[in-house]
Amino acid sequence: MSFPLLTATAALPAIGAIATAAVPAARRTAAKWLALLFSLGTLVLAAVVFLRFEPGGDRYQLTESRAWIADFGVRYELGVDGIGVALLGLTALLIPFVIVAAWHDADPLETKSTRWRPTQGFFALILMVEAMVILSFVATDVFLFYILFEAMLIPMYFLIGGFGDRAHAGTDESAATQRSYAAVKFLLYNLAGGLIMLAAVIGLYVVAGSFSLSEIAEARANGSLEMATSTERWLFLGFFFAFAVKAPLWPLHTWLPNAMGEATAPVAVLITAIVDKVGTFAMLRFCLGLFPEASKWATPVVITLALISIVYGALLAVGQRDIKRLIAYASISHFGFIILGIFAMTSQGQSGATLYMVNHGISTAALLLVAGFLITRRGSRLIADYGGVQKVAPVLAGTFLIGGLATLSLPGLAPFVSEFLVLVGTFSAYPVAGIIATSGIVLAALYVLVLYQRTMTGPVQESVRSMPDLRARELAVAVPLIAVLIFLGVFPKPLTDVVNPAVEHTMSDVQKKDPQPEVEAAK
Amino acid sequence: MNPVNYLYLAALLFAIGASGVLIRRNAIVVFMCVELMLNACNLALVTFSRMHGNLDGQIVAFFTMVVAAAEVVVGLAIIVSLFRSRHSASVDDASLMKL
Amino acid sequence: MENLIALLVAAPLLGAAVLLCGGRRLDKTGHWLGTALAAASFVVGLILFTDMLGKGAEDRALHQHLFSWIPVEGFQADIAFQLDQLSMTFVLLITGVGTLIHIYSIGYMEHDERRRRFFGYLNLFLAAMLILVIADNYLLLYVGWEGVGLASFLLIGFWQHKPTAATAAKKAFLVNRVGDMGLSIAIMLMFTTFGTFAFGPVLESADETSQGKLTAIGLMLLLAACGKSAQVPLQSWLGDAMEGPTPVSALIHAATMVTAGVYLIVRSGAIFNAAPDAQLVVVIVGAVTLIFGAIVGCAKDDIKKALAGSTMSQIGYMILAAGLGPIGYIFAIMHLVTHGFFKAGLFLGAGSVMHGMNDEVDMRKYGGLRKYMPVTFITFGLGYLAIIGFPGLSGFFSKDKIIEAAFAKGGTEGWILGSVALLGAAITAFYMTRVMLMTFFGEKRWQPDADGHEPHPHESPKSMTIPMIVLAFGSVFAGGFFAIGDRFVNWLEPVTGYDHGHSPLSAATVTGATVVALVIGVGIAWAMYGRKPVPVIAPRGSVLTRAARRDLLQDDFNHVVLVRGGEHLTRSLVYVDHSLVDGVVNGTAASVGGLSGRMRKLQNGYARTYAVSMFGGTAVVIAATLLMRAV
Repeated sequence: MSFPLLTATAALPAIGAIATAAVPAARRTAAKWLALLFSLGTLVLAAVVFLRFEPGGDRYQLTESRAWIADFGVRYELGVDGIGVALLGLTALLIPFVIVAAWHDADPLETKSTRWRPTQGFFALILMVEAMVILSFVATDVFLFYILFEAMLIPMYFLIGGFGDRAHAGTDESAATQRSYAAVKFLLYNLAGGLIMLAAVIGLYVVAGSFSLSEIAEARANGSLEMATSTERWLFLGFFFAFAVKAPLWPLHTWLPNAMGEATAPVAVLITAIVDKVGTFAMLRFCLGLFPEASKWATPVVITLALISIVYGALLAVGQRDIKRLIAYASISHFGFIILGIFAMTSQGQSGATLYMVNHGISTAALLLVAGFLITRRGSRLIADYGGVQKVAPVLAGTFLIGGLATLSLPGLAPFVSEFLVLVGTFSAYPVAGIIATSGIVLAALYVLVLYQRTMTGPVQESVRSMPDLRARELAVAVPLIAVLIFLGVFPKPLTDVVNPAVEHTMSDVQKKDPQPEVEAAK
Repeated sequence: MNPVNYLYLAALLFAIGASGVLIRRNAIVVFMCVELMLNACNLALVTFSRMHGNLDGQIVAFFTMVVAAAEVVVGLAIIVSLFRSRHSASVDDASLMKL
Repeated sequence: MENLIALLVAAPLLGAAVLLCGGRRLDKTGHWLGTALAAASFVVGLILFTDMLGKGAEDRALHQHLFSWIPVEGFQADIAFQLDQLSMTFVLLITGVGTLIHIYSIGYMEHDERRRRFFGYLNLFLAAMLILVIADNYLLLYVGWEGVGLASFLLIGFWQHKPTAATAAKKAFLVNRVGDMGLSIAIMLMFTTFGTFAFGPVLESADETSQGKLTAIGLMLLLAACGKSAQVPLQSWLGDAMEGPTPVSALIHAATMVTAGVYLIVRSGAIFNAAPDAQLVVVIVGAVTLIFGAIVGCAKDDIKKALAGSTMSQIGYMILAAGLGPIGYIFAIMHLVTHGFFKAGLFLGAGSVMHGMNDEVDMRKYGGLRKYMPVTFITFGLGYLAIIGFPGLSGFFSKDKIIEAAFAKGGTEGWILGSVALLGAAITAFYMTRVMLMTFFGEKRWQPDADGHEPHPHESPKSMTIPMIVLAFGSVFAGGFFAIGDRFVNWLEPVTGYDHGHSPLSAATVTGATVVALVIGVGIAWAMYGRKPVPVIAPRGSVLTRAARRDLLQDDFNHVVLVRGGEHLTRSLVYVDHSLVDGVVNGTAASVGGLSGRMRKLQNGYARTYAVSMFGGTAVVIAATLLMRAV
């Protein structure tokens, strides 16, 4: 058997997590460097996966398979398709930036403290999340995926509840209350989704007799497995509910603004840019892959909910007074686009949705991390506490603006490509939905520019007068992310080459064909 | 005599024992009622053994006796120490488990 | 030769990247670099132009395919450029006027500490605008389209510490986004109809689809054009955009970017030709804006805002001409080019006046400046004569042709459009004469400001006057050069097509009528502002004047309906999200909590109670087992 590359990619951050946690209390900085080193190592392995992946080859590549719980037919099965590769790359790419951006977030308040261990814990938890997310992107066994889907809640819970944003409005105590409220809400919401999914996972096993994606697909193809329509729909709903909570889709979204508002900016990036992607990824792989008929049956409802998410999220973003909550609602709007693209069931829509996941991850990371730098400087999350920052910290304002422009999908930056693909894909299948979604581009401009105008322009506020500009560490986070945004905006081909074949497979799963252009259809 | 009558007697004894456990407060009485229920079971077991013509029931009855003897030893010890510390043998006094 | 096309864009793009990322060490030299790269782009344009002139009319179009941009199943978007006569015209206008304005800005922005960044933004604008006009497909055009929107946003808000500038920048971007929505819907419609959005295939097969589809595409393109070109109903941003530095107003908000809508319509001519309903809407929008802008221009006391009203009105002329179909396309572009010269010149003149007057923009505080700024006076005056259509100057030829084409449309429609265009010419003569008289003639009306500084009007430095002189040359001669021997018509005809039309009036009659309109306009203005002194405090004025000062109440409408309405909507949605959507969740959590509080009471600590539940439970299980057996 060849070298288990995927296992290694997932195991490296897990080993890193243990190693980081084991660093003695006094050697905090060493722990940080160790965590960064492991995350960079993972990035290298992810790059190897990306290069070894052959776009024209089998659907799942680099596969591994071992018996695990033989009595229930649970196997440790890994394999990666184009969509998985793209998201694996995104995760591995973002984690080093998250770690560098969070460099001082878990430092003890008294710098002399030698018995302080949470710093190590913080970085170990981040690496733990990375390991589980990576494994969930490559798991091709439903049960294995389910376990990871649930297990990643544990480190996330501690990251949200244990390491809050130090820039809060009220007293320490009220901040702690809000933080634990947010963490518990996050956990309960996702556990509720996961529980329903567990029922569906067991149901799937009862019906199909296997947890393996490839086995189920094979059984379907040769006709030995036939699901009754109602069974398929119930199972679909069970899976979809869990993913819609994670994604999050209106009206299951209310945990996200709380969690992102209370967590530190890097952890918020972890939530929205990485962990939430598991939800949309799973919709593509499991909902459409396992239950194509039910997915088509649910399409009208899902598209309606996605449209509501797009418009509703954007309008609420306009109405926010807290920078991070604003970005959270903007993300809800963007997740609406992703889900819209997935369920439009056209090649452009699905390629667009996959690219959207990657691009949204990078653009939100850029915007949120710079916003985090801003918030750390002033110690406040409220938009009203800022004004005229561009005069005192032009580089910070500039990077913030670019992050914002990426969020509003300016052509030339990566999110434009994906947003336009989603819109075109939706429009060709459902013109009205396409037009409603297009209104999102005006609303996005509104919330981004209102945020920029209120914080960065105008007369310099007294409280920001002595604000320093971005430091080298912060530039090392912002500049590469912006470079990636520009590169993927101008030349997204490396990504589309990988994604296109996977989308073709999904399209054949759901047995859909792209609508033909009118002129060609007439001929 | 019809062996079924023994079963009626066993059921009666069991019911007396059960109601004693539920109604009485004195720990010693409750304890004796539990013993009564065990012996009712023994009676039923022996009767069934007789009715079916094999020895399984009698063997189980011996087990029950042994367990009952062990229970007496432990149970009485608990009651005595409880009485020493609280100067009461009422079961209602020991309600520390409630929230 | 076609490999040079990318260089047109690359030069200013490089400049933008270097200037914006270069940091402080480029503060001293940055503006020279920016100007040099703009000029380089112009030189490349000239080389391509001479090459193009050497070829026959039919094979002048060049094409350069760089790489495949978004390759997705069934969807091909390329980074590819196309340079035909229409694009060439724009390239020369953009890089030529752009270079002049770069030179002008060296002097104008001399004392601004962020001059390097200003030049970076200007270069960025040039790059985006060039992408817009040389793209070979609508999606790449869209990139340029939003790119110029971004540059416009950055430049309007260049003095970001002024809240008015920041607000104006945001407003411009937002209103433009509404137009962009139209463009993206148009592109999506093209994709579902034709399966592509490259110019070639779409425009060739335009007549193969239904009228309804084409009308929809046409209207969406018009919406886009309205946003970018400040046409009614999306015109409100242009007046506020004057918050930007004056060279920006000259380059972006007069000569180039705002005319992108005209380019879009002319470029999509094949679609509009096949969709008469859409064309009708285009001419209506053009005619309404032409009058609207002119009326607003009459009432403004701020010199730049008066000129902005005028820009709106002149673009109304172009849109009107573009809506006329093949009769008008060429004249729309011709007016666009001459307008590029004289309006840029007028704005630079206004900038020069402001430069000498401590950035005062209120014309009521000018007066008699011709003695203090002779060069500005002469160049501005030539621009003025050109815009009002003084016979022999540029504006005369291009505007006259549009009026003639409007009459040639035929039928009642033709008469109405022709009369509106004539009326517009009269109003143009009126407001421009007003600007001229209030600024350069009469007595001096400026006073010391609050700090006691009295302005000392003086002529601007050479770097500013030379571009003005060059543009004045263009204002005087360009029109005649284009019109004589139908040079411009022959140049563009292979791309846009040309139809002479049948005018009910002879060309001489139209010219005569135009001149009469011109004389009437100038005469009224002279009577109102030339014969008697201009009051320093603006008189209250009639209802119309007051409405026109407030942009004919359009902003008030926007404020009440869109801004206030939107605020209420978002506020109530925030409430709904918190109390209703989240309320359901928190309510569920609270009821589960309440239920468990009740259940807890069952655990009372009495051993007997537990025993009862044990007995009860056993009894139930036994009973159930027996029952099951009985059944």
